[in-house]
Amino acid sequence: MTKAEGAPAPTGPDGFLSVRDLQVTFSTEDGPVKAVDGLSFDLHRGKTLGIVGESGSGKSVTNLTILGLHDPLFTTVDGEILLDGKELITATEKEMEKLRGNRAAMIFQDPLTALSPFYTVGRQIAEPYMKHRGVSKKAAWERAVEMLAKVGIPNPKERARDYPHQFSGGMRQRAMIAMALVCDPDLLIADEPTTALDVTVQAQILDLLKDLQQEFGSAIVFITHDLGVIADMADDIMVMYAGRAVERGTVDEVLRSPQHPYTWGLLNSMPRLDSDLSTPLSPIPGAPPSLLTPPPGCRFHPRCTFRERVGGTRCVTERPLLAPDRASACHLTAEQKRTIFVEEIRPRLG
Amino acid sequence: MKEDLVLPATREATEDAALEPLLEVSGLTKYFPVRGGFPIRRTVGHVQAVDGIDLTVHVAESFGLVGESGCGKSTTGRLITRLLEPTSGSVSYRGQDISHATRKQLAPIRSEIQMIFQDPYSSLNPRQTVGKIISGPMEINGIAPAGGREKRVRELLEIVGLNPEHFNRFPHEFSGGQRQRIGVARALSLEPKLIVADEPVSALDVSIQAQVVNLLQQVQKELGIAFLFIAHDLAVVRHFSQRVAVMYLGKIIEVGDRESIYDRPRHPYTHALLSAVPEVNLMDEEAPQHERIRLAGDVPSPINPPSGCRFRTRCWKAQDKCASEEPPLVRLSGNRSGHLTACHFPEEPTTQGRAEDIVLDPALAALEESSEG
Repeated sequence: MTKAEGAPAPTGPDGFLSVRDLQVTFSTEDGPVKAVDGLSFDLHRGKTLGIVGESGSGKSVTNLTILGLHDPLFTTVDGEILLDGKELITATEKEMEKLRGNRAAMIFQDPLTALSPFYTVGRQIAEPYMKHRGVSKKAAWERAVEMLAKVGIPNPKERARDYPHQFSGGMRQRAMIAMALVCDPDLLIADEPTTALDVTVQAQILDLLKDLQQEFGSAIVFITHDLGVIADMADDIMVMYAGRAVERGTVDEVLRSPQHPYTWGLLNSMPRLDSDLSTPLSPIPGAPPSLLTPPPGCRFHPRCTFRERVGGTRCVTERPLLAPDRASACHLTAEQKRTIFVEEIRPRLG
Repeated sequence: MKEDLVLPATREATEDAALEPLLEVSGLTKYFPVRGGFPIRRTVGHVQAVDGIDLTVHVAESFGLVGESGCGKSTTGRLITRLLEPTSGSVSYRGQDISHATRKQLAPIRSEIQMIFQDPYSSLNPRQTVGKIISGPMEINGIAPAGGREKRVRELLEIVGLNPEHFNRFPHEFSGGQRQRIGVARALSLEPKLIVADEPVSALDVSIQAQVVNLLQQVQKELGIAFLFIAHDLAVVRHFSQRVAVMYLGKIIEVGDRESIYDRPRHPYTHALLSAVPEVNLMDEEAPQHERIRLAGDVPSPINPPSGCRFRTRCWKAQDKCASEEPPLVRLSGNRSGHLTACHFPEEPTTQGRAEDIVLDPALAALEESSEG
């Protein structure tokens, strides 16, 4: 069952991780909250999918669900999550345990809360290796030291005996990357791994992740709210808004010729080091909706400035669907999207 | 009532204030004691959070302070608002030294220097209505605006883009961006001359962040309020500030006009910072290549900072001189006036890509070598 037993199966056309019509509903005191509403995507081996969205867009929930880290008492999950052809939603807790930290691993945003303060860093890295590979304590410790060296911790032999509080923020995040990669996972989920870090350290960690991906060949799901980070890391991008994917495509497609009003809004509102200083930023009006009472139709319509161009009440009544591959979920016609972007959005981006 | 206080000059200087510096900080230092040992906890060292910085903020100017966590930028903000008392050095506001002023002496100045905090959730009292929160400063200072405080609260809510009818609501009824607007309204309620904004937008989502940046910019321009804008996000600071200072480990290492700092940085650390910002290349491939610099490790501990130049432990140009001699903050030849840099071996004034990337991180260098070979 462990990875050592079988060579990786060939990747089907649908990708190595494939999510189909995922629905995640939390039951809360105020009523059901549909945190993820009909999400589908594919991720191929060795590739990086970047998921961008603001807080509450469902990007983290999606990934906690993939690894079965949601609370089953209050969460209903529907749809399909296939990892290498194996259904994860119906998998038992035992099966998930064999998967987590082994074939699929996760890097969290805040390394201080994700590491246990009671155990040495080395032990925490060695533990999944020992558990999943069944090796001796000594061999696992050696592997932990090797991993620490790989992620650039100086004096790994000595530092493995340190506790997390003795590490700086950047080093903790490196230790967490070492822990995630110790079993050579096929799938790595990185949930805002650099948000808590300073820019110079963030740049180191991003480069490190890219280089390690080359070496380990893992597929990465990279979650962030920072478009700059996504541009740097991802092969494909999925933009999420209020629990739904609104646009999907390769990095170049989504960032250089975005087709959804929300993506336009994000790009327009983001200050850049080379943006025009004579004009104010163009924010998206309003605020993201509450998922307790999401707006009908297109969830972005209350904040959308291009609603009149669609005409009628389609935006309010009808949910725009997201076609497979390169697509955007918007009622504007393809022609309209193209002309609006070229004539109105692009000039403002400077 | 205010006349008998020790700082009468706060209102005298108003006429010729336009070109006058509003806030002058010189040699400002703050050391926090570190206690340790058992059984008697003695002071075993000091965190040198801010170590001798000079800066000037002019009337109605927006001044940006950037740096990474632990560089002392927030402490500087707190020293200027006198939420902390400096260890040494002086903070003078409109010619009056307030660095060691007492609570009573500070009272008239407090209303002129206001603060906007980072976290819109913890900086508003959840038990008070918005009206109470915004009118609180007026109440404390005994200010009764024409038409009453409630009218003023409504005006302020309107200025910051909230519905004036919402003054009876509680903070939890607002979203993060709206709460930050309430914080701005509170800071404006006393018609301050200087606002210290400590990371005012970093807790907000991108789309909301732009709304608040625009609001602050509008407030700054229309009401002529000087801003000390403290942030770690270089792009936001660039958008907001006319002059920018870069801090590293308790010191200002480079300061100057926005264009000068962002287009012609001279300090290696400023270069490294700018090159580390992940950028979206929206246009075609022909866009000019930016330099790529990857520093090694994290910022050293401010308890025991490196001798000489504090950046030298992470700098690719460091030589013996950097360890023995602290570089003064001076104008380098070829720089515009007002652009000061503290470096013995400054960089070329450009951010364009260089012949070779600078990768100081040992793991990165090793991984890159193995992937090339």
